[in-house]
Amino acid sequence: MIDPIVVFVLLLGAATPILFAALGELVAERAGVLNLGVEGMMIGGALAGFAVANVTGSTALGFVAAAVAGMALSLIFAALTQYLMSNQVATGLALALFGLGLTAMFGKPYEGLKAPSMMAGPLGLNLMIWLGLIMVPVTWWFLMRSRAGLILRAVGENHDAAHGLGYPVRRVRIGAIAFGGAMAGLGGAYISIATVLQWTEGMTAGAGWIALAIVVFAQWNPWGALAGAWLFGGVTVLQLRLQAAGVALPVQLLSMAPYLATIIVLVAISARQKFGRSGGGATPGSLGQPFHALR
Amino acid sequence: MFRLEPRASAPLLWQVATPVLAVIATMITGGLLFAALGFDPVASIRTIFWDPLFGPAAGYSRPQLLVKAGPLILIASGLALGFRAGIWNIGAEGQYIIGAICGAAVALAAYPTEAFWIFPAMIVAGAAGGWAWGMIPALLRNWFGASEILVSLMLVYVAQKIAAWMAFGPMKNPEGFNFPGSRNLQQYPSAANPELIANTGLHWGVIAAGIALAATWFLMSRHILGFRIRTAGAAPRAARFAGVRPERLVALCLGLSGALAGLAGLFEVAGPAGQITESFGSGYGFTAIIVAFLGRLHPLGILLAGLLMALTYIGGELAQMMLNLPASTVQVFQGMLLFFLLGFDLLTRYRIRRRS
Repeated sequence: MIDPIVVFVLLLGAATPILFAALGELVAERAGVLNLGVEGMMIGGALAGFAVANVTGSTALGFVAAAVAGMALSLIFAALTQYLMSNQVATGLALALFGLGLTAMFGKPYEGLKAPSMMAGPLGLNLMIWLGLIMVPVTWWFLMRSRAGLILRAVGENHDAAHGLGYPVRRVRIGAIAFGGAMAGLGGAYISIATVLQWTEGMTAGAGWIALAIVVFAQWNPWGALAGAWLFGGVTVLQLRLQAAGVALPVQLLSMAPYLATIIVLVAISARQKFGRSGGGATPGSLGQPFHALR
Repeated sequence: MFRLEPRASAPLLWQVATPVLAVIATMITGGLLFAALGFDPVASIRTIFWDPLFGPAAGYSRPQLLVKAGPLILIASGLALGFRAGIWNIGAEGQYIIGAICGAAVALAAYPTEAFWIFPAMIVAGAAGGWAWGMIPALLRNWFGASEILVSLMLVYVAQKIAAWMAFGPMKNPEGFNFPGSRNLQQYPSAANPELIANTGLHWGVIAAGIALAATWFLMSRHILGFRIRTAGAAPRAARFAGVRPERLVALCLGLSGALAGLAGLFEVAGPAGQITESFGSGYGFTAIIVAFLGRLHPLGILLAGLLMALTYIGGELAQMMLNLPASTVQVFQGMLLFFLLGFDLLTRYRIRRRS
């Protein structure tokens, strides 16, 4: 029999990397920035976090390093899109490819090493799972209840109007991008330090792209991101359980499940947005648009 | 201080100059990176960009140029159409894999029959497979408004899993001593895509790439569809008033780029790769995105960019052998190149003026 509590704990673990990355991207998109480079920032965090944790023996330092690495990568994106006005889709894509290449290059010495063990927290869940869960209401409060969050949303909804009101569009966006990078870095490090316990090339395996889809599924609401991450975690755990139980389906086909589930969820939510009464109201108005102030 | 002034149109000089500037900046930054890693920067850059063409072992590496450039150009020429229209197919890697699997399926089903129709049938199957895989994101976008970026990318992972399943399951070579991987199509004359002229690297895929370049050039600059694609990308609202139906463009661009990526996969599996393996997808589909941008979405540019990217592949392998540089050097170079290109692109779209 499958113990539901055990499954839920596994689900929380599988959901955590996606949750971090999705919350970070959600804030960036609320500010009107579409950063498709989540996968690159996650893998950057996965390597930096693992390397520092392995060398210092401290997972806490590892996660700090991962956040810094993710942020550093995101600032390349910020410089290109905010100052050099480059296309956000293309730049995000470049960041994803660059992150994968860079980590493959610098990660070689860390292959085959083991991660130090995670800090345990209350209820036998590690501290990063708790931090991820805490970040959901924190992000929600920041976006929906704080003044800074209101400005951030204004910038994302209509950057010309926000600029006209005197808000620093560019600075707000750079801040949001950096936050997204740090969160993606943390999510990536969770995969290398807490889930897989080692470093392998390309180990994030599309988690960053799934996080991007979760943001759409969440309709840019942090609670929705939690629901999406849990849904994804549930599918992952179920798929692994079925593999372990020796179901007659080939392993390779079962491991498609998270990706297929992501597509299905994306289609369902897009259809609701398209045919529903809300009429696509949740998408930030200036999402993906470059901002150039003439005055 | 300086301020930016948008240009009404992009001057040709900067359109040509920015990719060149980006390549030079990548070489300089790459050299610094190698120096930081403890390698001789000049020797490293020379090994990657010069030796494959003119170095002591150039006789071996020169034919590889066409072998690598063929699939890149074939895929990029399709992607460029969509990118022009603002339709982002970033799942060419998946369409490439599925095209290869469909093409190989025809060959493996016909094995060991020798007949003239087998290779043409494989080409049709490869293109159809890639087309079908590309149509999934197209239809999901048209029917439900789902992002073609995310769907096409998710399908890359699905395609990789299918390739792994094929290599371990249905397509496993029955005479392969239980190793994963299909029969080697190079050893099956009716299905093989051989080197057509010895020591040139020329195979059917390279010829297909040439045809694709000419056809997309014609489509973009001489056909009404090309005009519609360009209008839809430059001014979507204006395009709608002019009677352009976005759904049709989405289906056309994703389907066509999928078919071309599928063809690239087919020619690869029947030729240089030889068989379906777990790791059949080697990243051509992603590199082709860089080729399309570096080539400014223009056929002639794509030709040059494809050759340059092929050069970095070969040079990267050479540098790995000769200087012990890490294998992922090429990926880093490609990523940097795209960054620099996107950054320098500022110069084509804006004038930099001194603030008065």
